[in-house]
Amino acid sequence: MGVDGSAGSARAEVLRRIRAANGGAADGVAARVAWEGVTREYRRSGTRVRELMLELLEDRLRDYDATVVRTAGGDVARSVARMLAERGVTRMVVPVGLRAEWLPSGFEFVVDEGLSAGELNGFDGVMTGATLAIAETGTVVLQNVAGQGRRAVTLVPDYHLCLVRLDDVVETVPEAMARLQGTAELATTFVSGPSATADIEMTRIKGVHGPRFLDVILID
Amino acid sequence: MSGVGLDPRTAPTFPMAAKTMLGDTQLRKNVRHATDVIQAKRARVVAEMPDWQQLREAGKQIRQHTMEHLDFYLEEFEANCTRAGGVVHWARDAEEARRIIVGLVKASGSDEVIKIKSMTTEEIQLNSALEAAGIHPFETDLAELIIQLGEDRPSHIVVPALHKNRQQIREIFQKKMNLPELGERPQDLADAARMFLREKFLRVKTGVSGANFLIAETGGVCVVESEGNGRMCLTLPETLITVAGIDKVVPRFQDLEVLLQLLPRSATGERMNPYNSIWTGVNAADGPRTFHVVLMDNARTEILADEEGRQTLNCIRCAACQNACPVYRQTGGHAYGSVYAGPIGAILTPQLQEMKHAQSLPYASSLCGACYEVCPVKINIPEVLIHLRNKVVKQNTAGVAGFFDVEASAMKAMAMIFRSERRFRAAQRLGRVAEGPLVHKDGRGEGWIGWLPGMLGGWTQVRDLQEMPKETFRDWWEKRAANGR
Ligand code: SF4
Repeated sequence: MGVDGSAGSARAEVLRRIRAANGGAADGVAARVAWEGVTREYRRSGTRVRELMLELLEDRLRDYDATVVRTAGGDVARSVARMLAERGVTRMVVPVGLRAEWLPSGFEFVVDEGLSAGELNGFDGVMTGATLAIAETGTVVLQNVAGQGRRAVTLVPDYHLCLVRLDDVVETVPEAMARLQGTAELATTFVSGPSATADIEMTRIKGVHGPRFLDVILID
Repeated sequence: MSGVGLDPRTAPTFPMAAKTMLGDTQLRKNVRHATDVIQAKRARVVAEMPDWQQLREAGKQIRQHTMEHLDFYLEEFEANCTRAGGVVHWARDAEEARRIIVGLVKASGSDEVIKIKSMTTEEIQLNSALEAAGIHPFETDLAELIIQLGEDRPSHIVVPALHKNRQQIREIFQKKMNLPELGERPQDLADAARMFLREKFLRVKTGVSGANFLIAETGGVCVVESEGNGRMCLTLPETLITVAGIDKVVPRFQDLEVLLQLLPRSATGERMNPYNSIWTGVNAADGPRTFHVVLMDNARTEILADEEGRQTLNCIRCAACQNACPVYRQTGGHAYGSVYAGPIGAILTPQLQEMKHAQSLPYASSLCGACYEVCPVKINIPEVLIHLRNKVVKQNTAGVAGFFDVEASAMKAMAMIFRSERRFRAAQRLGRVAEGPLVHKDGRGEGWIGWLPGMLGGWTQVRDLQEMPKETFRDWWEKRAANGR
C-alpha cells in the first residue's frame, strides 16, 4: 500500500507519541551500548558431558512419544527403513537436497519441487534433516535450506521423520540461538514434539493440525 | 459467528459481573481444574531451571530497554522488514487498524480469512469488522474455534476456552459441525476439529495472525503455538497479514534466547511449545507471496508515558498471573469485561481505555502478590494496581475535598510500599496482624474476610476474601532454601 497522507501521518504520530513519552528520540548508538549492558547471568552454555547431553535429548523427545534411535553414519538408510516400516508408511515426500544415501529402497520418495498443499496432504509422511537440536527442551530446528526445505512440507503430512547429526546437538537454548545467528533471516521452525493441544480440559492431545507423529534418528 | 466481543466500554463493572460468575458452579469448577493443571506443570518445569531468576531478570531488562528505545527499534524493524519484502503499516488506534486490515483482505481478493489465535485481534474486535465487510473469518486454534462456534467469548489469554468442559464442547461441535454421533473423548473432539479445519487450510487464500515478537535486528516475526494451525496460516495462504502492538518488538535475534525460555514454561508449563515459527519478509519459494505487518498503538503510548504504569507494556502474554490469581480462579475471565482478564487484564484494560472505562478492574485483586511472583518478566502488578487505584480516585474526586483525600493518601502510601520489596514484605507481615479483627473462621477453620474498609469494600461487597496465609510464600521459600531444601 502506498503511503497516502493518512498512513504517513499515523507513522509520524505514533513515533511522536513515543518520543514524547520517552522525553526525546532514541539514539541508535546509545541504544546499542545500553543493550550490551543488559545483565545476562543465566546459563549461556551447557555443562553436561556429551553422552549425558545426548541422553537428555533422547529423554526429552521420548517424553513426547517420539521414537528415537541412534545410528552410525553408514547405517542411516537401514534405520530409516526400519522406522518407516514400524510406522507403516510407504509414500514419503522429501525436500530438495536430502542426501540420497539416506533413502532406503522399497519406499516411494517424492522430491518436493513446489507441490501444492493439497498434494502434500496426500503423502503418508515427510523425511528431513535438521539444522540443530536442543537437548534441554527436546527441540529440533528446521530452516529453509537443502535437506530441510519449505515450512509447509514438514507441516501438512501426518508423520515427520527427522534426521539429526550428533554434531548438531546443543544442550541449551542460548547455544542454539548463537548457532542460528548467522542464518537468522532464513525461515526457521522450532519443533518440539508432535502437534499438540491442551485446550480440552487441559488433557494433552496429539496432532490437531500438524503431524501427529514425530520420530528422530540421531546420526553419529 | 463469534459472539460480540468483550467491550470494557459497555461491560458491567467487575463486582457485578463477578457476582453472576460466582453463581456458576460449573464454570468455577472448569476454571479451577484448568488453572490447577497448568500451575502444577509450570511449577515443575520452572523448578528444572537453576537459572530461572537470572532469566527473569534478563527478561525484565530486555523489555525495559526496548521500551526506553521503542521509536528506534520500531524504525529498525520497519526498515529490515521492508528490505526483506514485507509491507509495514502503522495504526494509531483500533479503528485505524481494522480499516487497514479490512482493506488489505479485500485487496487480496478473498472474502474469507483463516486466523491464528491473537489477543490483539480480539482487542480490536477484528472479527466483527471483517463480518461487517462481508468477509468470513475462520478461527483455527482449537480453543478459538470452540469460542467462535459456541458464539462465546475468550476467558483466558493462552487457553481461551478453559471455562468449557468436554461435554459442553461436544455439544457445540455436534450442532455446528453437524456430527450427531461425535464421541466425547478429547481425541474425538480434536479429530473433528482437524477434519473441519483442514479443508479451510487448503482452500482459503488469506491469513491473519498476531505476533509474539517482532525482531528489530532482522525484521523477522516470531509466533509460538502448539497445534500447527499457526504454521498453516503462516505458510499456506498467498497473503499474510500480521497485526501487532508496538510493544511486541525485541531488539535482537539473540534476545529470543531469553524470551523463548521464559514464555513456554510460564504459559503452558512446557519446556518449549511444540512450534515456534520465525520468518522474515517473503521468500518466493516458501510461504505467502505478500506479507503485511500492522504496527498498532491503540493507547500503548499513553501507557508508555505513565512512569509507573509503563511496565505493563513489558508483558509477554503468558497468562501465568491469571493462573496464579485467587480472584481470577474464582470468577473466570468474563467477569473482567475485557479480552485481557486476570491480573494483567486488571492493569492493562483500564490503561488501554485511557482510564475512562473499566475503572473497577484495579480493585479486582486481593493484592496477595502471587501474580508478581510468577511473572516471567517481573512486572510488579500489585504496584501498578495501587497506582491505578490512586488514579481512579483522583479522576473521580477531581475538585472534591474531604473523605476521598484520605483514600487517596492511603493509596499513595500503598504505592510506596509496593515499590520497595523490603517494605512490601514488612507490610505483608503487618497485614496479617492488622487484618485480625476482620477475619472470621468458616466451618473448615479457614479464615475469611467479609468486609474491608473504604474502596476495597467494592470487592468484599460480593465476595469474602480468604485471609492471608500464616506465612508468605517468600518467607516459606527462603526458609526452605536455608534448610538446604
Ligand atoms: S503480566 Fe507477567 S505473568 Fe501476566 S501475562 Fe504478562 S508476562 Fe505473563
